[in-house]
Amino acid sequence: MNFWIINTLNGLSLAMILFLLAAGLTLIFGLMHIINMAHGSFYLLGGYIAISAIRLTGDFGTGALLAVLAIAVTGVIVQRLFLARLYKQEMPQALLTLGLLFIVADVAFFTWGGDPLLVPEPRLLQGGVRFLGVIYPLYRLFLIGWGLATAFFLWAFLERTKIGAIVRAGMDDEEMVRGLGINMPLVFTAIFALGAALAAIGGVLGGPLLGMFPGADFEVALLAFVVVTVGGLGSIRGAFLGSLLVGLVDNFGNVWFPQLSLFTIFVPMVIVLALRPTGLMGRV
Amino acid sequence: MADNRWGLWSAIAFVLIAAAIGGMIPPYDTGLLTQMLIYGIFAMSLDVLHGYTGMPSLGHAAYFGLAAYVAAICSLKLGWGFEAAGAAGIAASALAAALFHLLALRTAHSYYLMITLAFSQVLWSLAVSWTDVTGGDNGLPGVLRPQIGSWSFGSTIAYFYFALAVFVVSAAMLYVFVTSPFGYALRGIRDNEMRMRALGYHVWAYKYLASIVSAAFAGVAGELYMYLNNFVSPSALSVTVSAQVLMMILVGAAGTLFGPVLGAGVFVILQYVLSTYTDRWLFVIGVIYVLLALYAPQGALIYLRDRLKARQRRSAG
Repeated sequence: MNFWIINTLNGLSLAMILFLLAAGLTLIFGLMHIINMAHGSFYLLGGYIAISAIRLTGDFGTGALLAVLAIAVTGVIVQRLFLARLYKQEMPQALLTLGLLFIVADVAFFTWGGDPLLVPEPRLLQGGVRFLGVIYPLYRLFLIGWGLATAFFLWAFLERTKIGAIVRAGMDDEEMVRGLGINMPLVFTAIFALGAALAAIGGVLGGPLLGMFPGADFEVALLAFVVVTVGGLGSIRGAFLGSLLVGLVDNFGNVWFPQLSLFTIFVPMVIVLALRPTGLMGRV
Repeated sequence: MADNRWGLWSAIAFVLIAAAIGGMIPPYDTGLLTQMLIYGIFAMSLDVLHGYTGMPSLGHAAYFGLAAYVAAICSLKLGWGFEAAGAAGIAASALAAALFHLLALRTAHSYYLMITLAFSQVLWSLAVSWTDVTGGDNGLPGVLRPQIGSWSFGSTIAYFYFALAVFVVSAAMLYVFVTSPFGYALRGIRDNEMRMRALGYHVWAYKYLASIVSAAFAGVAGELYMYLNNFVSPSALSVTVSAQVLMMILVGAAGTLFGPVLGAGVFVILQYVLSTYTDRWLFVIGVIYVLLALYAPQGALIYLRDRLKARQRRSAG
């Protein structure tokens, strides 16, 4: 019984990190049709900058906030300077972000070195909690709660606010929304920055668990890609369901078949795509 | 058509020059030339998929590495001869593509890009973690270069000529393939899939076969690469390899068979020259990708040709 509780919670905490990435990925794709290969770079840079900023300020909250803001600004720059110039050109956009992935990976390696670094846990959230006969790390519970809250707020933002309605309308018929006099380029930039910031939060909050190291960007981005492929590109609900599925399968897969690792993720992906080529909640 | 002829003649000239100088230059340079040939085959194989059929793959290293691993395992662990091990590797890549594309062909464009990436990454992680069979991160060292009958291709020069022969045969086969009615149908699918379907072509079968052919030749390249280094490791399956081969056909010209070979040549020279100055190789690849995406998504060669044409027109008019 303890085995099930602990591993389910471990799977859920991984799922929440994945959701933070997948949510941005799926929003960016749904609205702008960009496959953002550099999404993992936002995650990695977010984590690394948080490590440096926490070391500098000595406070988790300040460091985390600085890191997330820095990545949001980076997102604005990337979108305005590069991606906006390749409006509606799917392949060049994918290639561009692929290039950014390599550039950031190399710069990060140059700056922070090759050894894994952990984001320090905030002091308030250290230690464990006892319930149902197990002792479980408080930080991981916080992470699960954070993920659920983010999912709720994103849902409320998209479904219950005017800007959310604009975003949803932009996913369905962008030209019509433009025709109504809405500044779509601004919405694009804002959503791209939001996605980048969410990925950075994933890096900051996932950092104490997974650590930052060369290749972490790609590792976690790949899982996020699987999440949105399973969940359906462009759907927040799909990203959430996909995250739960991939997080849990990956965790139990690593426990039961450690030699197969990523292979176990592939199985649910094959099943879902065989039955529903556009994913569980696919829009297209 | 004129472009096609031009490519064919320059390819023949390249092979003749390579054959002539391969034995005379220092062994290290012969090794570089061998690498160009190997990457040339690899780039052509991806071009069948990306350039001719319009299926952008970011996981082509899967077939490259898989064939290399299967051939290495067959000869190291099972003691098979070169012919059997080599054939097994290529067959494994073709089979992997055949199975994978039952699923992958349900997707298109961006989805295809992502699912090919995921597929190659799954094989990469298997190679890393299935240590009993693959040797994990250490890879599988000690595979001897081919020996066919009493002919040994162990020396650098002999292996270069071996690779050259394989290159010529592969290029000829692919040339016939893409200039056949089948190849023209692939181009039709790339340009307008709906119309091809309306004309009664079985689009799915065409794409399926193209992906298997592409995988088989990627496997040929992967095995050549493995024999060149007497070694295969998980990096042969890495996304960096996939991105590099995609870069070769983008630097060359996607949709022409021999442009990507030129791309492969440029790539090997660039890697060699830059590695003497800097170890920021990933950074350079990244910058090249950004520049290609911004200025020449159709390929650097096509970009140059268009610029040249524009200049001629201006000076003529």
